[in-house]
This record gives sequence, structure tokens and C-alpha cells, in this order.
Amino acid sequence: MMMRFGIKAGLAAAIMAVGLSAAVFTPANAAGDAKHPAEMNWQFDGLFGTYDRNALRRGFQVYKEVCASCHSLNQIAFRNLSQEGGPEFSEAEVKAIAKEYLVEDGPDDYGDMFERDALPRDKFPSPYPNENAARAANGGAYPPDLSLITKARGGGADYIHALLSGYEEAPEGVEMRAGLYYNPYMAGGKIAMPVPLLEELVEYSDGTEATVEQMSMDVTHFLNWTAEPELEQRKRMGFMVLIYLSIFAGLMFFSMRKIWADLH
Amino acid sequence: MSGESTYNPSNGFTKWMDSRLPILRLAHDSFIDYPTPKNLNYWWTFGGILTFCLVTQIITGIILAMHYTPHVDFAFNSVEHIMRNVNYGWLIRYIHANGASMFFLAVYIHIFRGLYYGSYKAPREVLWILGVIIYLLMMAAAFLGYVLPWGQMSLWGATVITNLFGAIPLIGENVAIWLWGGYSIDNPTLNRFFSLHYLIPFLIFGVVILHIWALHVPGNNNPVGISVKGKQDTVPFHPYYTVKDGFALTVFIILFAYFIFFAPNVLGHADNYIQANPLVTPAHIVPEWYLLPFYAILRAVPDKLGGVALMFGAILILFLLPWLDTSKVRSARYRPLFRQFYALLVLDCLLLGYLGAQPAEGIYIVLARIGTVYYFAHFLVVLPVLGIVEKPKAVPESISEPVLGAQPAE
Repeated sequence: MMMRFGIKAGLAAAIMAVGLSAAVFTPANAAGDAKHPAEMNWQFDGLFGTYDRNALRRGFQVYKEVCASCHSLNQIAFRNLSQEGGPEFSEAEVKAIAKEYLVEDGPDDYGDMFERDALPRDKFPSPYPNENAARAANGGAYPPDLSLITKARGGGADYIHALLSGYEEAPEGVEMRAGLYYNPYMAGGKIAMPVPLLEELVEYSDGTEATVEQMSMDVTHFLNWTAEPELEQRKRMGFMVLIYLSIFAGLMFFSMRKIWADLH
Repeated sequence: MSGESTYNPSNGFTKWMDSRLPILRLAHDSFIDYPTPKNLNYWWTFGGILTFCLVTQIITGIILAMHYTPHVDFAFNSVEHIMRNVNYGWLIRYIHANGASMFFLAVYIHIFRGLYYGSYKAPREVLWILGVIIYLLMMAAAFLGYVLPWGQMSLWGATVITNLFGAIPLIGENVAIWLWGGYSIDNPTLNRFFSLHYLIPFLIFGVVILHIWALHVPGNNNPVGISVKGKQDTVPFHPYYTVKDGFALTVFIILFAYFIFFAPNVLGHADNYIQANPLVTPAHIVPEWYLLPFYAILRAVPDKLGGVALMFGAILILFLLPWLDTSKVRSARYRPLFRQFYALLVLDCLLLGYLGAQPAEGIYIVLARIGTVYYFAHFLVVLPVLGIVEKPKAVPESISEPVLGAQPAE
């Protein structure tokens, strides 16, 4: 009798937990009147999710050639590009990528700051020296840092993808101030970022056709990696942990049955 | 502790120790031979689960503090440093962040178990009050901890909560300035919040020891709610409840691990991955899910001071619960009317939690007011009256004979 009640109790607790997480899920997406982003099928979703190396590399190319002109990537160092679970460029490739950038270093022995080629240990330099400069160059709007962007927006990767490829003509009656563009996925519908992706804007080195949809998928893939570089390791470890705990729970359950059976 | 000690030091060292500091005797009597009612169900495993949660939070927290920088300019980036550069830092932080939610999930189940089976009634009033103190301290620790990553929700959540103190008449403004260490939430605030966040878990630990002490004097309540009559009603804690708690804990950790590894940010708010910015207010400021019912009560009242008073009152009323419930019967199993009102209270708290996450407007406000009224009515009206008007079912003679008489036990 007790056992039966116990299982019922456990079930109720589990339902309560799921209910709680569902209740928490709701407000995150309730960003007012914005259009709901389409749910995409990401390779990094799910229990066994991994990143697609080629998508990450193409996405990096889009970031480098398009986004980087306005958006920083403060949390990411060049060396991260060769880390396991990321785009996994070779160390030589990373050195070559870093060399394309100049970073400020110093002071030298004479007390002067100087510029040098970036090294793998350096972080991506920001396109603007500070927030004020960024605002001045963008009509008062501040292009946010992209390192954490998929975690920092309700809707995550789906939202970023929808936003990048979802620009539309402003519907009639919606007045657009100069320097604002209509995007139904943005809360309020108005965004200061001009249409970022145009067909064939980049020339992919792997020959993939650079459609807007392709580029927005690729760069979102890349930005999900910058936000969650540990994702592959985390999910791999999580799966092992769940297997281990399930076996352990089974052992505990049968030990309990054995011990309690002796009681009567 | 209750009953005679059955501890028998077996060798020279333990005998020597026993006549100087009988700590092994204490451990033996508390966790090995401690007589425990033999009919405890799984709802009783959450005490052990909560101990696990507390220890987990303390250990992961100590490690996080080694890498965290409590400064407004560096805090956000130091958390990202933990996530990206510290070995398994992402694991430690995700355990700590989700551990807070798991801690509250377990404590809510633990509290509602106590409410259902009347575990707050004599002779366990002090045990219950110590529990409410732990719960209050937990809320303080959780609130302070949420500020530390210095994201947008950290800053603005802290702004909302500390501004509540500004509602106190006459001295309110000065209290707020004193709490902030300045004229707004800034570096001094973050520094003291970090210091206090590190302190409170150890206070909780101390009160937990008192809580366990106050449990072991009268002994556990149990699902039938009648006192232990003799040895035939109990089993030694070990191995019967160590193994049962162990099984339940493992299942709980599976749920915990699911969140850590596969949905580590589901319980958090996306805005907290944006660095705190005093010049930009988020569209909706919402606390973590476990504080939402109180947030709903706060916003249900049109007057700021009234809202603050009711919000704190919602917790403080729990201190009086042992005396508000006038029924002599502990377990809800024998209280048909109480069971219905209990279900209503559970639904009411879930409703308030939902409403706390919604914008404070329109129908949500109306529902929050109804929910708030019922919450207080449950404790101030329903419980005192029920004890007088309700006719309880026949209570069994003893734990070992729970089916004597006509009533099946569930």
C-alpha cells in the first residue's frame, strides 16, 4: 500500500516540476506584440545535439564579413575558434585569421601604446572604441555585443534567425522614422539595424549558395556556439550522467525493496 | 534525542572518545538508530533532499566565489570567464543556478507536505517555526545571489525589491539608501550583496541543525498523523530510511541533471545575459519563478505600502499557523473538508505564481486580488473555523493498526 502511494507521490512531484518549468517558460516569450519566430530544426537541439562544423565556419565568415562591421564579439578569443566543439579551425588557420586584425598593446618600454597583429590569445577587437562612438556611427542606436546574443533573447536561435531574415515592408499606417526599419519579429516592429543580409552578400569558400536564408541559418548557428561553446561537451556528459543515475536509481530501488521486505 | 541511547562504543578509540566528546553517539542516535515511524511515504524524503541541495549550493558556491569578481565593471565578465575559461566552470555554475530552483522546488514540496499532514501542530510548533525561518533565509540568499551575475534582471530585480523598503513611512528613503550604500544600486550594493550571499547559507546551515534537533525531540510526524505508541510503530532510520531517502534523492538528481545538462537556462530569464545597464529598463521585470506568488501579491494591492505589508505578511502568517489551525486532528486523511480547502490553497499558490509572471494589468490584477484574498482567508478564516465545524473521520488507534474501524487510510 505504501509503495503504491509512493509511486503516485513521485508522479505528482514530477508533474508539478514540469508544470513549474512550463509556467516559467511562458513569460520569457511574452515580448509584447512581436511576431512569433518559426521554430527551426537546429542540429544543436535535442539530447544528442552537436554543432555542424561547416555551418559554424560559414557562419563565422558571415560574422566576419557582415556583422563585425558594427557588432563586437567581446567574449571570444581567436584561440576559441580551434577549440573542440567549435568551428575547429587548425591552429595554423587561427593564427592566419588573427593576423588579419590589428590590436592595441602596450605600453612599450618607452611608455607608448602600439598596434600589432592579433595573436590567437587576443579577443576579437571591437569595431568601435566605445559605446558613444558606436551610437554616433549608428544614428543613436547601440549594436549589441553578439557573444551571448542567442541566450540573451527570448526565443534564442529561432528568434535571431527570424529577425535576420524577416525584414518586411512596413505595413500601411505604420510610420517609420528615418534610420528605423520594419521587422515584425522585433518587439514594437521597429529596428535600427538596416537589412543585414542580401542574396550573395558573401562568397562561401565551400561553394554553398549564399542565400539570405542560408546565411541567417549559418550565422545564427555560429552565434549559438559563441553563446554556448560548451554545448557539445555538456550534452555528451549529460547523457552519461543520466545513464549512470538511472542505473544507480534502479540499484537503490531494488536495495530498498529488499531491505523493506524483511520488515514483515 | 528521544528515547534511550543504544550506542555501544566497540573499540578502544570510540570508548575513549565517547567519554570526552560523544559526537559518535550523537551521530548514531540521530541518523542510525533514530526511531522513525515505519509508515512514512515519499513526501517525507524531501528533508534529506533539501540537505543535499544546501550542501550542493555551498560547495559549488565556494568554488564560484574563487573565480567571481564582485565589481560592477567586472562581475558580468567574470561570470562569462567562469563559463568559458575555468575548467568545468560551466558545470559548476549551471549546478549552482539550477540548484537554487531545485532547492525551492524541494522546499515547496516539503512545506506543502507539512501543511497536508499537519506537521506544524503540537508538539512540533518550534520545528515548524524554524522551518519558516529557513525558508525566509533561503529567499534572501536566492535574491542576493540573483543580483551577483550583474545582468539586466539582476539590477532591475534588485531595484524593485530594495525600493520596497522605501515604502516604509518616514524612514523608508533612508533605509533604502542605507541598504544600497549610496543613492542608487551601485558597486557598494553589489559588494555587500556578495558578502551577505556568502554568509546566509551558513546561517541556514545553523538553523537546519536546530530544525533537525527540534525534529528529533518529538520525532517525525507521519501520514496518519497520530503519535508513535511504541517500538512496533517505528523502524531504525538506518537502513530503512537511508535507503528510501537515497532512492528518492537519486530520482530527484535525475530531474536536477536534466535541467543542468539539457535545459540550463529554461528557469532563468534571457535578459540576465545582458550586462546590467541603469539607463535601460527591461520591458517586464520578473523575479525568479519561486518568488512569483509573492510578487503577484505585491502588485495586487494598489497601495505600495499595503502591497509590501501583504507580501511580507504572506510569509509571516506562516509563523502563526500552529495556532491558527484549531483542529486537533493532524493528518488531512481524516479531514474531508480540510482536504478540499487544501487543494484550493495549492491551486491558489500556483495561480498566484502564474499571475506574478504576467503584466500587472487588466484581468491579471483582478485574479491576483482574488488569489491574495483567498490566501489570507485560508489561514485567517478557513483554518480556525474548520477546526470547529468539521467532523473528522475516525482516526486509527495506532500507526501499526491504521485500518481499524471503517475508514480505509487513503
